Amino acid sequence: MDVNELISKLQQEFEDVPAGTLKPETKLSDIPDWSSMHALIIIALADIEYGVTIKGEELRKAQSIQELYNMIITKQSNPS
Amino acid sequence: MAFFSVENIRIKGIGAAVPKEEVSNWDYTYISESDRKLLIKTTGVEKRRVIGNSGHTETDLAEAAAKKLLAETGVSKDDIDILIFVSQTPDYFLPASSIMLQNRLGLPKSCMAFDINLGCSGYVYGLSVISSIMSNGKLKKGLLLAGDFSTIGTPPEDKSVYPLFGDSGTATLLEYDESAGKLTFDLNSDGSGYEAIIVRHGGTKNPLTKESFEMKDRGNGIIRADRNLELNGLEVFNFSVTVVPKHLQEFLQKTSTTPESYDYFVMHQANMLMNETIRRKLKFPPEKTPYSMQKYGNTSSGSIPITIVSELKNKLAGELSFLMSGFGVGLSWATVALKTKDLICPDIVEL
Repeated sequence: MDVNELISKLQQEFEDVPAGTLKPETKLSDIPDWSSMHALIIIALADIEYGVTIKGEELRKAQSIQELYNMIITKQSNPS
Repeated sequence: MAFFSVENIRIKGIGAAVPKEEVSNWDYTYISESDRKLLIKTTGVEKRRVIGNSGHTETDLAEAAAKKLLAETGVSKDDIDILIFVSQTPDYFLPASSIMLQNRLGLPKSCMAFDINLGCSGYVYGLSVISSIMSNGKLKKGLLLAGDFSTIGTPPEDKSVYPLFGDSGTATLLEYDESAGKLTFDLNSDGSGYEAIIVRHGGTKNPLTKESFEMKDRGNGIIRADRNLELNGLEVFNFSVTVVPKHLQEFLQKTSTTPESYDYFVMHQANMLMNETIRRKLKFPPEKTPYSMQKYGNTSSGSIPITIVSELKNKLAGELSFLMSGFGVGLSWATVALKTKDLICPDIVEL
């Protein structure tokens, strides 16, 4: 996968976010109406789609979608 | 390891009662429209039943559920040897609600009665305790009541709890039957997570004072008093989608079963995203995994029985294999595999 695949999955989950808004450099906290619900959706998506567990505090450290993507890739190659 | 089986006990019937007052999360105008849509999609909770100002508590709901269940199963009150009430919102600090219910249900004084203080995992824990005592003592019949008045501690100013919870009272009738199959349990606890779901004030650690009722801004648009229910959504979510599926996978291994071995997988109704993540990780088909949270929200220890009554009432003929799992406050999690035969479920009582 690449970062664009992650973006398209996020786009599907966040129906109210206009298409094309999400970019690799988009900060998670800048996603329109960002709330803890979005965080839960990302954690579930990472778990089901990519088989990795992201904790709440780890997600808070990811500044952008690119960083979230990097975190998923790192976790996939280093299963704990 | 608390992994064990109990022989000779069968669940004969399950009943449930909910308050008449229905609240729709579509009317929850404390949050914006887009937040509301996302909240309902994520949690799955559209409507909830709340006790409100009716003057009732969950004890009244459990009493109503038990009376209807006894009437429809035709079981005599005099045959009830044990009554257990699972609740975290008792009418009084003391005495235990179960003992008052012995009297209100007209059960004999020779009936043993006590409460169990557990929430989301409480139904499965309650089943393990009542079936063990009944099996060991060859007690004829037993009543397991479970439910909470959760909405007493969930103000609309706290969006992290208000839209999630509903009130309920449920009753499960068990009987000693040497032709019954076994119930297999796996029960767990992790007290390091005790703050994940907590009511901080009102117990002996922090007795109620004026300050306990002060609504304080907790950030992220959450306003809550210390006597209210506090829920760390992210922490509970992480627990539920990591520890719980792993526990369930191990349970399937230990019992040499697979999702194909069961007719139904009934989970505690926490929220849709959480429950669906667990279901998908375990590869249980959707048609075997009923949900009632759309109609009743998270009803604490009442959620597994209310889901069976509400969603499976007309599908209970013959012998069926159930996997039931409760997880949450404590932290505490518990799973049981059991079989039912022509399970009797009266219509849900509205009080």
